[in-house]
Amino acid sequence: MAHAAPLIAPRATLSVELKKLLGTDLLAHNFAADEDSITVDCSAIAGVMIALRDNLEYQQLMEIAGVDYPDRAERFEVVYHLLSVTRNHRLRVRVSTDEATPVPSIVPVWPVAGWLEREVFDMYGVLFAGNPDLRRILTDYGFQGHPQRKDFPLTGYIELRYSEEDKRVVYEPVKLAQDFRNFDFLSPWEGADYVLPGDEKAGGTGEAPGKGAPTPMTAKEVKSSDDKAKASPPPTPKTTDSPAQTGAGAKVNKAASKTSRDGAKSKVATKEAKTPATTKAEKAPAKPRAPRKPKTGGDA
Amino acid sequence: MTDTPTIRHHGGDMFEGYPVDTANTAGDQAVTNYTINFGPQHPAAHGVLRLVLELDGEIIERVDPHVGLLHRGTEKLIEYKTYLQALPYFDRLDYCSPLAMEHSYVLAIEKLLDLEVPARAQYLRVLFAELTRICNHMLNIGAHVMDVGAMTPNLWVFELREDCLNFFERASGARMHSAYFRPGGVHQDVPEKLLVDIGEWIDGRLPKLFGDAMSLVIDNRIFKQRNVDIATVSKEDALAWGFSGPMIRGSGIAWDLRKSQPYDAYAQMEFEIPVGTRGDCYDRFMVRVEEIYQSAKIIKQCLRDMPTGPIASLDRKVVPPKRAEMKQSMESLIHHFKLYTEGFHVPAGEVYVATESPKGEFGVYLVSDGTNKPYRCKIRPTAFSHLQAMDMMSKGHMLADTTAIIGAIDVVFGECDR
Repeated sequence: MAHAAPLIAPRATLSVELKKLLGTDLLAHNFAADEDSITVDCSAIAGVMIALRDNLEYQQLMEIAGVDYPDRAERFEVVYHLLSVTRNHRLRVRVSTDEATPVPSIVPVWPVAGWLEREVFDMYGVLFAGNPDLRRILTDYGFQGHPQRKDFPLTGYIELRYSEEDKRVVYEPVKLAQDFRNFDFLSPWEGADYVLPGDEKAGGTGEAPGKGAPTPMTAKEVKSSDDKAKASPPPTPKTTDSPAQTGAGAKVNKAASKTSRDGAKSKVATKEAKTPATTKAEKAPAKPRAPRKPKTGGDA
Repeated sequence: MTDTPTIRHHGGDMFEGYPVDTANTAGDQAVTNYTINFGPQHPAAHGVLRLVLELDGEIIERVDPHVGLLHRGTEKLIEYKTYLQALPYFDRLDYCSPLAMEHSYVLAIEKLLDLEVPARAQYLRVLFAELTRICNHMLNIGAHVMDVGAMTPNLWVFELREDCLNFFERASGARMHSAYFRPGGVHQDVPEKLLVDIGEWIDGRLPKLFGDAMSLVIDNRIFKQRNVDIATVSKEDALAWGFSGPMIRGSGIAWDLRKSQPYDAYAQMEFEIPVGTRGDCYDRFMVRVEEIYQSAKIIKQCLRDMPTGPIASLDRKVVPPKRAEMKQSMESLIHHFKLYTEGFHVPAGEVYVATESPKGEFGVYLVSDGTNKPYRCKIRPTAFSHLQAMDMMSKGHMLADTTAIIGAIDVVFGECDR
């Protein structure tokens, strides 16, 4: 054990004690990375927690964490972290459940479980039967969905901003100027489960060898997709809010509506008007620059 | 005047003797409870806390804290970042003690990797974790006394907090969001002069200025009236409600992770655990005051015993090489590039690592699936459990005591809401 993380002495007889205490409710017990974790029957969790608190001296519930494994039949794990102050030991208790099956609440065992269960419910949608106050806790009032699920996108579905038009905060569907980029760093030599582009050739998928590299699209397909691209109009450029939305008022006068783009045109107009405000710096660009004289040798 | 009915009021007799319109007043019995909103924008709420308080006159009947107004989805974001990229998020959890947040996270990664950390790095981490504790407690103590009416001590202890932040800046380049602790050690070595200056500060400015500030507060009659016997929590309640840190020690349980489950170089440190006797706000406050002196003691030992040597693991598959080395060696260049693009892969497994942050047990439950990004990183905030007990603690107290109770919890919403 080389690491510098908190040192916890293992409880030597824990395995035996757990088996005796929990019986068939104990589904698995493993010891990895110096930490004890047990998997128990979901429906028996409340009784297990009372037994662990009263008989094995785990007085404190420090944390309830949800974990989502979408591939499993029971996709959610609810992980309880217990702490024994007297025996100086930590124990991880794990149950599995799915979207529909509620986990019995352990609020009667530890009142602190109230908010911790609310958080797991909010983030994963795991239901806790018997929690007296199973409201959302961290997300916005009126939020929909469970953001920590693996199938919930990182960017979410709605965004909000202050609308100058409506004089209030408005909710809108998320619009991204650039898609979120999530790079794949799995090495194809170390167990990535997809075929790299080009590798399908090695598998001998029907193409006779020596016929040349197969293109993913036939010439016909390439042409038709090109035509389609030409036919469809170019995407509308994304613009910012209209002037009304930015909060800028109406233009005060004619000069204010002048933009830098028509500077050259309006230069004439300003000269005619002879406004004293026209500075030398403003005039300067109008004067064409004298062509540079070619350097003559010997004068340096 | 004698036959005029008067309002009987819980909060004393400020209305006693004033004539009252009898038609609309039914006296105490008939007054229904009413609900007020405390926050989310309130100077004594220490951030964006919204308390829905149900009051009977001035007596609190029920508290419903609404949290999550600063929820930024940190845990979700971490799942999309490499282990190193996720580190700066921890600075932004409890922004009053950023290095203590990083500490749990780097230890969790090291535990999964089973990575050895050189002695100097461990001492540097302990040194800066304790400086963070002082820095955090300075803010909390100052804010707490200001919440209950004292102005001057806050101004004085803020100077000390500023000193701490200057030390962080000299070590890492950033005052608050340091990102100084890295998996395998710390980011860079500290200049010798910084250690000398910290030593002088610990011996000179800190005890003098802090002692002066506390001499105004700890025996002060008004301060005691506002804190003694407010929100008393028994040992049993403290355990059942998942208290940790100064909150559980204030209730008289000598529980400190630095002692009971030592990490980094804490096993070599000598210090004492202050505990309270009554479990009220005053005890929690005094535990923090004493912890500052104990932290100073630890820092002195760090400065005395700190060995020389590398400040991060030499395992080049986790810790990138220094830039100077990178300019000379092709292999270093490759390591540097790989670590700052792909990052390191962490073996599959799960750990729960908790450290004694200034506010209590700050835990990180890290699940790895063997890739370069955490599969799940659950953060166990301290304030979440403590705030939940607000209802239990403030029931039957006066509205004005809420500020003292929140102050003694030491809540920071970056951490609570994540």
